[in-house]
Amino acid sequence: MKFIDEYRDAEAARRYARLIANRTRRPWTIMEICGGQTHAIVKFGIDELLPPELTLIHGPGCPVCVTPLELIDKALAIAAAPGVIFCSFGDMLRVPGSREDLFAVKARGGDVRVVYSPMDAVALAAAHPDREVVFFAVGFETTAPATAMAVYQAHRATLQNFFLLVSHVLVPPAMEAILSSPMNRVQGFLAAGHVCTIMGTAEYGPLAARYRVPIVVTGFEPLDILQGVYLCVRQLEEGRAEVENQYARAVRRAGNRPAQALIREVFTVVDRKWRGVGSIPASGLGLRPPYDAHDAERRFGVADRHTEEPAECESGLVLQGVKKPTECPAFGTRCTPERPMGATMVSSEGACAAYYRYRGVAAKVEAR
Amino acid sequence: MSERPPLSLACPLPITETPQILLAHGGGGKLMRQLIERVFVPAFGGSPERLHDGAVLGVNGTRVALTTDSYVVRPWKFPGGDIGSLAVHGTVNDLAMCGAKPVALTVGFILEEGFPMASLWEVVRSMREASASAGVDIVTGDTKVVDRGKGDGIYLNTAGLGLVPPGVVIGPDRIRPGDVVLLSGDIGRHGIAIMAVREGLEFESAIESDSAPLAGLVAALVEAGIEVHCLRDLTRGGLASALVELAQSARVPLAVDEAAVPVREEVRGACEMLGLDPLYVANEGRFVAFVAPQDAPRAAALMRAHPLGQQAVEIGRVAGDTPGLVSLKSAIGSSRILDMLSGEQLPRIC
Amino acid sequence: MCLGVPGQIVRLEREEPGARTGKVSFGGVLKPVNLSYVPEAGVGDYVIVHVGFAISKVDEQEATVVFDYLRRMGELAELEAPPP
Repeated sequence: MKFIDEYRDAEAARRYARLIANRTRRPWTIMEICGGQTHAIVKFGIDELLPPELTLIHGPGCPVCVTPLELIDKALAIAAAPGVIFCSFGDMLRVPGSREDLFAVKARGGDVRVVYSPMDAVALAAAHPDREVVFFAVGFETTAPATAMAVYQAHRATLQNFFLLVSHVLVPPAMEAILSSPMNRVQGFLAAGHVCTIMGTAEYGPLAARYRVPIVVTGFEPLDILQGVYLCVRQLEEGRAEVENQYARAVRRAGNRPAQALIREVFTVVDRKWRGVGSIPASGLGLRPPYDAHDAERRFGVADRHTEEPAECESGLVLQGVKKPTECPAFGTRCTPERPMGATMVSSEGACAAYYRYRGVAAKVEAR
Repeated sequence: MSERPPLSLACPLPITETPQILLAHGGGGKLMRQLIERVFVPAFGGSPERLHDGAVLGVNGTRVALTTDSYVVRPWKFPGGDIGSLAVHGTVNDLAMCGAKPVALTVGFILEEGFPMASLWEVVRSMREASASAGVDIVTGDTKVVDRGKGDGIYLNTAGLGLVPPGVVIGPDRIRPGDVVLLSGDIGRHGIAIMAVREGLEFESAIESDSAPLAGLVAALVEAGIEVHCLRDLTRGGLASALVELAQSARVPLAVDEAAVPVREEVRGACEMLGLDPLYVANEGRFVAFVAPQDAPRAAALMRAHPLGQQAVEIGRVAGDTPGLVSLKSAIGSSRILDMLSGEQLPRIC
Repeated sequence: MCLGVPGQIVRLEREEPGARTGKVSFGGVLKPVNLSYVPEAGVGDYVIVHVGFAISKVDEQEATVVFDYLRRMGELAELEAPPP
């Protein structure tokens, strides 16, 4: 497949690995932001191609993983309400709430449906005027334009039975939270390529300058990640801290203007809780009037629910890059993909799930 | 180690024992296996290592293969077949995987009130054609009707009976170190064909289910004197789940080369788009064969000469350090451990 | 995250603003995709698709940079092992 296969070429991968090895003189710790990048790294064994001086740590770039427990609980409550058709991306169905997950609600008779696109949920609302259709709007800036279009169209068509349970989060505040933490070990970033196709690269400049970290906007195929790592190491070795764009075939500096315009029209920036991390100011999106008429939390009266995170799950520390999945005492024992304790084990992009699936026995042995 | 409060009752600790059956229990992956090992086997007997597609019983000196299957596919009709042809092929294949020549099938119909008679006719005609081309008779059956709303239109249950020729012993316990793993053709067609209907995908050249009766292909191998140790047809959970399951049942290590596994371009496109891994997508007319290494080239050639095995290829060997582990060499040359499907494989955004 | 897959626009279906849609081919699989966010893309162009929306047009020239870079590094002998 064009624009995919060529970026998985084994020989080119080996050559990039050699380039990186030749450049690396000192130990460096680099974080890849996006869960999709984590997935590719573990699936293709990219970290095995890197010299031992380089440590890759996995960031909070998995919107599924960072959706706070209380929002999952709200979703579960809404999905169980009579007459509701609850629509979600497949990723969310097995994320555990306080007691159960959406699959369990479905098993008990809730009308929970997997959709490919938020527009599918709008179509359902139009087709079923007697039901209330709620779409679980999870995702980073990449997904926000799609959700924005959905609620925009629904509003224009006066679909009063269409609602959004909003869980959109923003990447730069998360990066800032990581960088400003006293536990921070990250010296360079591979920024999330698809987030940047929407938002552009400008907002990373101040971060790079203030914290003196190179930020390389990186794609998702093995060669993208290898080139991203190379560019990051090169900057670190040269003492530079700039924003570079490895994923230029998809990312422009200005980003996607029509998408940004609709996001601004429909959403406003709000504070958001991140699972395992806590509240980060101005790190999420919420609906603006008049679109807030479609806010599911208001409609279903769940806006004031609060839930505490469990003690044992260390997803938060994994999400911040402080711990590797294998350093969590529950990894592979009390916490497995079949019986996940935290979101990082459930989501196919979560670092724990990626480690468990692709590293298998070796990782489990290491954890003991 | 940081100080942590003791585990409280509010902790969402493992939903270990699910109080209800989940869809994933039927998915062909870990949860289904757990259900079999923890609920069915303890009650009915048999050993988890000998779990296979069918049972071979000695009856008065003759070896008889017996299998049963249920079909609940939705939609009941899809590109390349329908629930009826699927049922016939699937049952015939389970018998073939034991090395048996299929002799007879039974079929039970569970029909939902309101299911169109014309549709039933279509299913029945399709079953007649499929059984004729597979050389097997449908000898008895049963019919039940459930209330409207209590079934997906039509469910089928089948049982199959076959005869295992003397000297033919095929099963996971016959797998030996050094055995070659052959795959009979490209993967993922059935799962994608079904998903195409569900997700509204079109194909430039149609993807049809690969549902087909494999008994003839298997017989060709057996009759040519190929030393076949084990056969397994790929169904739910895909190639990966079948390999992991076998590796665990037989307690052998497997080394597989991902680049050797054929996947059609459109299947790959659909998988990339939906975020699915072709290794885990369902198949209906494909199998893996574990054959003695000296017979492998001849076996592959024989399969390729048969219409249902034209893309047959060697994909790996029984080799490695850890019994029960399947190690996959990826496209860029690194290795990873293949695991069984965990729950349903769903389209993802992440 | 953000599974974004490259596909080729094979035909345009609707042109209304906000509902500009077309059929995009992913290795031969056709899916209807909302093209509202890529007004500059037309039939034959490749776009990155995420949850049914095209979010960017692929710049085919930039796409070769990954490989040109390797080639240039090879010429500069950056691929050679450094002296011990």
